[in-house]
Amino acid sequence: MSKPLLELDHVTARYGPVQALHGITLAADEGEIVAVLGANGAGKTTTLRAISNTVRRDGEIRFAGKALGRGGPEAVARLGIAHLPEGRGTFAELTVWENLRLGAYTRSGPLKDDFARVQTYFPWLEDRRNQQAGTLSGGEQQMLALARAFMQRPRLILLDEPSLGLAPLLVTEIFRIVKDLNEHEGLTVLVVEQNARLALQLSHAAYVLEVGRVALFGPSAELQEHESIRRSYLGY
Amino acid sequence: MVELARRFGITEKRKSRVSTGVSLPVLLSLAAAAAFLVIGSVVSSIFAQQTVAGLAQGAIFGSLALALVLIYRATEVINFAQGEMAMATTYVAYQLNLWGLSYWLAFFLTLVIAFVIGVVVQLAVIRPVQHKSVLAVVIITVGLFILIDGIVIWKWGADLKFMPAPFGNTVYHLGSVAFSRQDIGVLFVSILSVILLWLLFQFTKLGLAMRAAALRPASASLVGVRVNWMLAIGWGLAAVLGAVAGLMTEPTVFLQPTMMQAILLYSFAAAVLGGLESPTGAVVGGLALGVFLNLIGQYVGFATSELRLPIAFAVLLVVLLVKPNGLFGRKQVRRV
Repeated sequence: MSKPLLELDHVTARYGPVQALHGITLAADEGEIVAVLGANGAGKTTTLRAISNTVRRDGEIRFAGKALGRGGPEAVARLGIAHLPEGRGTFAELTVWENLRLGAYTRSGPLKDDFARVQTYFPWLEDRRNQQAGTLSGGEQQMLALARAFMQRPRLILLDEPSLGLAPLLVTEIFRIVKDLNEHEGLTVLVVEQNARLALQLSHAAYVLEVGRVALFGPSAELQEHESIRRSYLGY
Repeated sequence: MVELARRFGITEKRKSRVSTGVSLPVLLSLAAAAAFLVIGSVVSSIFAQQTVAGLAQGAIFGSLALALVLIYRATEVINFAQGEMAMATTYVAYQLNLWGLSYWLAFFLTLVIAFVIGVVVQLAVIRPVQHKSVLAVVIITVGLFILIDGIVIWKWGADLKFMPAPFGNTVYHLGSVAFSRQDIGVLFVSILSVILLWLLFQFTKLGLAMRAAALRPASASLVGVRVNWMLAIGWGLAAVLGAVAGLMTEPTVFLQPTMMQAILLYSFAAAVLGGLESPTGAVVGGLALGVFLNLIGQYVGFATSELRLPIAFAVLLVVLLVKPNGLFGRKQVRRV
């Protein structure tokens, strides 16, 4: 059996006196979409931040079989992990094209081929190359963030609430693109999401967090049928 | 998908809304001012001479103002030691020259040394307090001001020193107008250094990373930019600009520990005039201030050299009353 691409082993994290994670153990296989669900304050975002080293954490995190050091977020990015944080991490003051170039910052060599491939998913980017990214709509910014992550050629994308603040139809569109990227580019995705129904439809496996602990995990198809999930998160 | 995209207006071409931060009235008044200068220079030879001399002086204000803006954008403080760093690096050039290096060799070597000094200052004294508080960083820069002053006086003394004239004393005549080669040279070197820096920021990967690190450090580190290094390099480049300003000031006021103090104040005024966040604004503000002060000095009787600084700040006050963000200050245009 192949080793998971990403493994968290009893990871804890705190903000000052507040313990946010009480020992998260989680794994994502290469080529999988793994959803992290839970209420506000359950530690979903902190879990992603622990992986990208943007919060101080204890416990081991292994990526592609190697322990992640604590060299700061830029070292994690260089390993091929793209973290799209809340607020999407858009460089609002820079142009669309500059945002994409920054996505490819850790790589050397020409960007033409990558941009051509990005365009197959986001054809509108070409026309907006020189537009200031902050003037894009919320949905466009989310797509730009995905495109930027794609330019990084990551093995793993950490997605924090891609649906936040977007119209339902656009959310469906974004999720479809994530699915496409996963299927056609083999990207592994760890996605934090409030919209449990969509997240479970999209993902292969899911973890449910409650106050900093993993309360439940399993294949998404099974979780969709799970009694308490249905009651708490799906509402039927 | 195309259907969906169309419904949200994603595929239709929209008018580009790239904000340059310059409003039309500002652009028009700058164009009017430029036209006034050109017409005045054609009509009067003294006016032309004063304009060129003002531009030369203003280019120095502009490059030091740009150094202030660079650091303000990256560190969010005014570096009060910027002028003293410029002065100290000018002394370095003086020393290299004493050791037998030619002026221009000393000039370029000094720029390299200035870069290293800027980086070291950021790493050694700014970085440790940078995330504590803005006030702490401000106090550190004030401390640096005093420290650098002390070191220079201890090492070289407070008396006036002289370097060879970089551009000679030639005067060019164009009709009845006389231009000193020095003014032209100062203008050329200052503007060239600003343009080179602009090219670096606009067209290189390093420049892009530096802008990203200054604008959004958290996002920049997530795409792999080593933010701390970018900030240190920013301080290095600011020190290089300062060194250029110092070396271009030396031919007129000569080498002394206080040589950059008034210039720093003018440059500060220029930076605020331009909007403090805007590199273009800093340079335009510097040039405008330089020309304005020179012309006022020539044509307005009571505007003696003692009144130059108050007049500069009076202008600043009037501009800020009309446009609180400065001439090029950008208002954030963003949809969320």
